[in-house]
Amino acid sequence: MIAELGLAALWLAAALAALQMVTGFLALRDGGAGELAGLIRPAAMVQGVLVTLSFLALVWLFAVTDLSVKLVAANSHSMKPLIFKLSGTWGNHEGSMLLWVMVMGLAGALIAAVERRLPERTMNATLAAQGVVSLGFYAFLLLSSNPFERLPVPAAEGMGLNPLLQDIGLAFHPPTLYLGYVGLSVAFSFAVGALLTRQVTPEFARAMRPWVLGAWVLLTIGITAGSYWAYYELGWGGWWFWDPVENASLMPWLAATALLHSVSVLASRDALRTWTIMLGVVAFSMSMVGTFLVRSGILTSVHAFAVDPERGTFILALLGLFIGGALLLFALRASTISEGERFAISSREGALVFNNVMLSAILAIVLLGTLYPLLTEAFDVRVSVGPPYFNPVGAIFTVPMLLVMAVGPLLRWRRDRIERIGKEAALFAALVLAALLLFGLLADVTLLPLLGLALGFGLVVASLLPLRRRKLGRTPLATWGMVTAHFGIAVALLGMASESAFSVERLAAVGEGDSTTVGPWTVVLQAVEPVAGPNWTALQGRMAASYQGGTPTMIAPQARNFWAPPQQTTESALVTRWNGQLYAVIGDRAPDGRWQLRLWWKPFVPLIWLGGLLVALGGVLALLGRVLTDFRHRRLAARIAERRAEREALA
Amino acid sequence: MSWRLWLPLLAFAGFLGLAAYQLTQPKDEFVESRMIGQELPYFDLPPAMEGVEGASSASFADGKPRLLNIWASWCLPCIAEAPQLESLKRQGAEIVGIAIRDRPADVGRFLAQNGNPYARIARDDLSEVQLAIGSSGVPETFVIDGKGVIRYQHIGDIRADDVPVLLEKLEEAR
Repeated sequence: MIAELGLAALWLAAALAALQMVTGFLALRDGGAGELAGLIRPAAMVQGVLVTLSFLALVWLFAVTDLSVKLVAANSHSMKPLIFKLSGTWGNHEGSMLLWVMVMGLAGALIAAVERRLPERTMNATLAAQGVVSLGFYAFLLLSSNPFERLPVPAAEGMGLNPLLQDIGLAFHPPTLYLGYVGLSVAFSFAVGALLTRQVTPEFARAMRPWVLGAWVLLTIGITAGSYWAYYELGWGGWWFWDPVENASLMPWLAATALLHSVSVLASRDALRTWTIMLGVVAFSMSMVGTFLVRSGILTSVHAFAVDPERGTFILALLGLFIGGALLLFALRASTISEGERFAISSREGALVFNNVMLSAILAIVLLGTLYPLLTEAFDVRVSVGPPYFNPVGAIFTVPMLLVMAVGPLLRWRRDRIERIGKEAALFAALVLAALLLFGLLADVTLLPLLGLALGFGLVVASLLPLRRRKLGRTPLATWGMVTAHFGIAVALLGMASESAFSVERLAAVGEGDSTTVGPWTVVLQAVEPVAGPNWTALQGRMAASYQGGTPTMIAPQARNFWAPPQQTTESALVTRWNGQLYAVIGDRAPDGRWQLRLWWKPFVPLIWLGGLLVALGGVLALLGRVLTDFRHRRLAARIAERRAEREALA
Repeated sequence: MSWRLWLPLLAFAGFLGLAAYQLTQPKDEFVESRMIGQELPYFDLPPAMEGVEGASSASFADGKPRLLNIWASWCLPCIAEAPQLESLKRQGAEIVGIAIRDRPADVGRFLAQNGNPYARIARDDLSEVQLAIGSSGVPETFVIDGKGVIRYQHIGDIRADDVPVLLEKLEEAR
């Protein structure tokens, strides 16, 4: 019954999306004057409620493990802990698409309910575009991946969930990225709406900005969490592998970062109109391309779950419809959008444009590297593109971008003299050079990590410079946000560079009672013992790790065996100190009875994820700042209107 | 209207075309060896059990084309392909086996149960030869010509309809 209700709610929501689309476009034609226009906002809001009900129905089915539903039987198991039963709702293709449309529906409802800044015509066009996008995804769900499908005969037991996915971090990693993707879809709808009515104004940028900011924050958190998950769960000791799916999440982030900066220029200076529109389209298309690459199985990847060429075809069709349509509209309309304000090269805008171009270049490089195997395969040549391409080629554009990032925020809008910020630029250059010399001469570091360390040290200081000569209590939240985010980039950069420059690895066969060393650590393998969890058994190595002969810390890496479905995973053990992390993995037993241990000492590696979180925090501060300012403006506007009404009444 | 505004759409159309083309292509999960057309790398392996001969790269370069079968007693598809190897042997193919990461006792038991189609069986305890000739799994079968050059690679177990193909490749390698 619950399944049927969920399905019915989903169909109704799809019908409302169709209504939203049709009325939106009709209203656009007759100038928003007709009665139909009044239907658009309510349609969006009710649709949000219905699709949420549908999603909750699915969550309920997973919570009670209703094995007559095909999706539950295929992805869940009665023995699974409740939290993973719930996260199993979106740990599969159908459920994750339902989560996607739910968030999209809620976002549409929210815009319909609160957004009043835009001209009504643009608003209608935006909601119509949102209707098109939603309807595409509803069609995908209902026609080719119905999550509520029943089995003719209920299954006796579920088929389990991939044990790699039974991890609290991973339960929340995909939804976070999804929320980010959906945020970008809202930005996309705004961009298409503005293109349709040719009203690309600072108000449009201000309406779009919170969505871009929110999406960007979630993408940042999603990527940071995903990277940390891969780091400790896969047991390979690495934190980024340039895997197609990682790239698929990085590309929307790069586009969103560029969009975030250009939308700020549009909001405060009314410049970069067409560029912002273009980035709005690109950012969402990158999230769609990412989804397509993951789901179609067209590229070989460790993440290739729910691979199905038929679904791939459907997503590709949606992609062609949405992005092809938007780009066609762009080609036809962009030349009729009047040029925005002009600015000098040496200005805040100039620096932002430079960084936008660099970010776009990096995006192009990642996209090319990701799609290159697809291209060569068409000519029957198999290649795999990895760090030897991405790292150096990306660095060509990252280094100039970081240099400009250090001084750009100090420049004034519109026109400025570089000499004015000479002292700050000199300080930054001195720091970078000092670090270059220090690490270049004293330590044996290769070029890229050396550049990373030097720029990192320079940026840690330079990113704080915009706060100088300001009253800290009166500095707008958005400025704090920018400073925090830039500081976070510097911190993450230091972590990445330090990890690749100073990591030490030790692979050793160790008997029980023996010890081995890695960097400053001494590790004693005390015992290897079996342990059991709710749905797995494991061999656990009990080890005492001591840093430079200090008091030992007990760690216990495991090699786990799950039985439903049967699969082996490694659970690494970490010891975090202020100056780095010890990373231990236990492997197989050698014929002579010794155990294979894999140990890493990674100095300052947690800075990577700390930096990522700081970047996200910066985004949150900026978002909060913008929304609060908006509220204040609204209240002010309301009070002015009230007073005017009073005065008129008195007169 | 500026022609540059059409560039994004053009690039996107290119991507769509490529992706659509790739979706229609059958997905080939196998990794083909890069050693095809090249001489066997040098190796000299001991026998996999008592009573059989080991194999070396030199033993292939005597003018007679042979099949080189990479297998293991612990590999289930190898049991499935055993009858096809027998049939290849009956039709005149000489098969050299390389047992990967195996124990003599297990090899003996496997051959006793499934028959012994091999002229020689060598042991490769560290997968050295397997990796050197570009095999990524068991079972795999290579056609080696009389000069010791790798001519053809069959990935996975040999099914009944693969037998004529392998015989034909052997004939071509003559």
